[in-house]
Amino acid sequence: MSAAPKSSAPGPMPRWLEIGGLPIVNLLMALIVSCLIVVAIGENPFAAIRAMAVGAFGDLYGIGYTLYYATNFIFTGLAVAIAFHAGLFNIGGEGQAYIGGLGAGLVALLFDHSLTLWPLLALGVAASAVFGAAWAFVPAYLQAKRGSHIVITTIMFNFLAAALMVYLLVNVFRIPGSMEVVSRDFADGAGVPYVHVLLGQIGIVMPTTPLNLAFVWALICCGLVWIYLWRSRGGYELRTAGLSPKAAQYAGISPNRVTIEAMLISGALAGFLGFNEILGNHRQIVLDFVAGAGFTGIAVALMGRNHPIGIILASVLFGALFQGGSEVAFEIPTITRDMIVVMQGLVILFSGALAYVNRPLLEKLWRLYAARRQMKAATVVASVSPAVAPDAPVALAQETVTVAAMPAAPAPQALETTPEAEVLEVVEAEIVTMGPGAEPPAPSTEPRKKRGPKKPKRKPGEV
Amino acid sequence: MEWFTTVIYLLGATIRVSTPLIFCAMAGLISERSGVIDIGLEGKMLAAAFAAAVVAALTGSAWEGLAAAVVVGAMLSLLHGFACITHRGDQVVSGVAINIIVSGLTVVLGNAWFQRGGETPQLQAEQRFMGVVFPGTENISHVPLLGSLYLKVISGQSLLTYVAFLLVPAVAWLLYRSRFGLRLRAVGENPAVVDTAGISVDFLRYRAVILGGILCGFAGAYLAIAQNAGFQRDMTAGRGYIALAAMIFGKWKPLPALYACLLFGFLDAGAPLLQGVKIYGNTELPVQLIQALPYALTVILLAGFIGKAIPPRAIGRPYVKER
Repeated sequence: MSAAPKSSAPGPMPRWLEIGGLPIVNLLMALIVSCLIVVAIGENPFAAIRAMAVGAFGDLYGIGYTLYYATNFIFTGLAVAIAFHAGLFNIGGEGQAYIGGLGAGLVALLFDHSLTLWPLLALGVAASAVFGAAWAFVPAYLQAKRGSHIVITTIMFNFLAAALMVYLLVNVFRIPGSMEVVSRDFADGAGVPYVHVLLGQIGIVMPTTPLNLAFVWALICCGLVWIYLWRSRGGYELRTAGLSPKAAQYAGISPNRVTIEAMLISGALAGFLGFNEILGNHRQIVLDFVAGAGFTGIAVALMGRNHPIGIILASVLFGALFQGGSEVAFEIPTITRDMIVVMQGLVILFSGALAYVNRPLLEKLWRLYAARRQMKAATVVASVSPAVAPDAPVALAQETVTVAAMPAAPAPQALETTPEAEVLEVVEAEIVTMGPGAEPPAPSTEPRKKRGPKKPKRKPGEV
Repeated sequence: MEWFTTVIYLLGATIRVSTPLIFCAMAGLISERSGVIDIGLEGKMLAAAFAAAVVAALTGSAWEGLAAAVVVGAMLSLLHGFACITHRGDQVVSGVAINIIVSGLTVVLGNAWFQRGGETPQLQAEQRFMGVVFPGTENISHVPLLGSLYLKVISGQSLLTYVAFLLVPAVAWLLYRSRFGLRLRAVGENPAVVDTAGISVDFLRYRAVILGGILCGFAGAYLAIAQNAGFQRDMTAGRGYIALAAMIFGKWKPLPALYACLLFGFLDAGAPLLQGVKIYGNTELPVQLIQALPYALTVILLAGFIGKAIPPRAIGRPYVKER
């Protein structure tokens, strides 16, 4: 089920290529296909891209909207990513966000006249988290205790959420006599402060956009998720269970508990989208405010490689696509906003479903490049010490192969260790396993020495 | 006799609403029985509906529309197979990608080609699969009860509806009585065994997936050129997921899946009739409750409270040949 930690394929790819290069290649392929579609409907793709970039980043208005959309995608992207790390596919971000919005809205409707702003917002954040988590709890529980496939149950819960919200809005929240299916407006000022208002107070003029302080909360969530995943016991258990439920169980971690925990966090994160939309933007409960952001979260998580920093970058990119997309639709009417939906799907296709197509390709290219570089290094060594020359390139080549065969650690984890240190560790481990009598020829250590100062760690007696 | 007219209407509507569900459920069943998860039913059906409507509008032939729908459905299945079978990508992710791409692409193309906000031109009767009138309706329609049953329910449905109902025994025969079906079921349970017998796992799964795509093509064609007279944006409206639910509700078996489709179709057809019906004095039965029932039932079933739904054992796992 784990769609995300795709790094089980062997690869000597350096981290920078893995983390930076691969998403760009995937994005480029999605972009190329999108451009082909634009050409097919008889428009100029470059004009569209320019209109999109100007629309998204050209002025403060565009940037405001871009970041407002990005806020939603950060929340849903984190939600999908944390489930991915636990080996689960949470396709129900849509429903969890919808119900999270219900929580935020309820708080506002109940307390907007009695509470001051900050307690209200704190309560709103808590309520959206609790409601979102509650909506994720049932599928999680059924998966953990009864083995129901979580993908199917979360899809079903999306539809259930939609039905529930329509019912509540029509029968409970709607103002009697009104034809519009919305709740009453929240009291004046009962909502997350807008960024343009705050900037206006310090003298920076910004056009009115729905960008609000929920964006800051989204960034804080990224930090919290990072700490949780890579600096806490719970996160360690979560990742372990995601990589190998059996190993986790053997180590005394209950995979069932991890499933429920991961889904609760995931649902809470998705619920924050409702906080941004209901308390931040609409300031009343409306229908269909999630508008597919739960699915965009899948694309964001896949492209951001399930790492908070990657998710921020991918979210801003998708925010730009959504904001720029409406500008494009305005300038070139043939290209509707649905083109963005296509791109989003293509990104999921290339970086998710076809992950094993681009990766080996890039890997092969890198290996070719690396081998050539090492050959060059070897010939330099040969000219220095001709006595051991015949062995040197062979040993080096062997080493390249063995390093290539080592399974790489999952990408996001590896961010902690610097690439160089890791390469060295792998090389050293190889030397140790070679055993006595297979001491590498002296010159072959020559190029390795240059890579880092870590070498003298081995004791003299040890081979 | 008023209640009888309602019953007749309800039966006819149930059959009409169930038809695309049956096609899709059978498509999903064949695919999943071979071990490939098919979340992309919705997308394939939507793409097929679009293709059917466009081709029928351009050529004026319903049959060519159906052919286009089948081809598009099969092509998307090939993409799914390429990602999941050949390259062992994640099957759920691939299905989601197909759904999302199609939901955007149909509107973009439809808008570019016809400038109607994503809709295709209205089709004339001769460009569609209209109701087939069975012989003898004239004579039998005077018979009370039976006459209107024959006239409104059994006769007068679209050709594709009859195909859908004949499809179910055909699929059952294929799965349980043919060599291909035996292998198909085996590959969904234990691909290694099939491989050991010298049968290509990949080729078998490809055939299953393509077969599923073809059936999705029928479902889409029914929606666009039989039930409706053209394509509208997102016209499948979650039917692919309902069909998926029905297939699971039918425990991955053809006949139970048919019953589940009819049940969900009945709920769908009956929901409007319950609008404003009072229960317990003044409280209305919420329509949303009826609409949510298929999903709720599926969750309850999956939780193991109504019997046990056991999926094919190798489902979702790409097959890696031992070396």
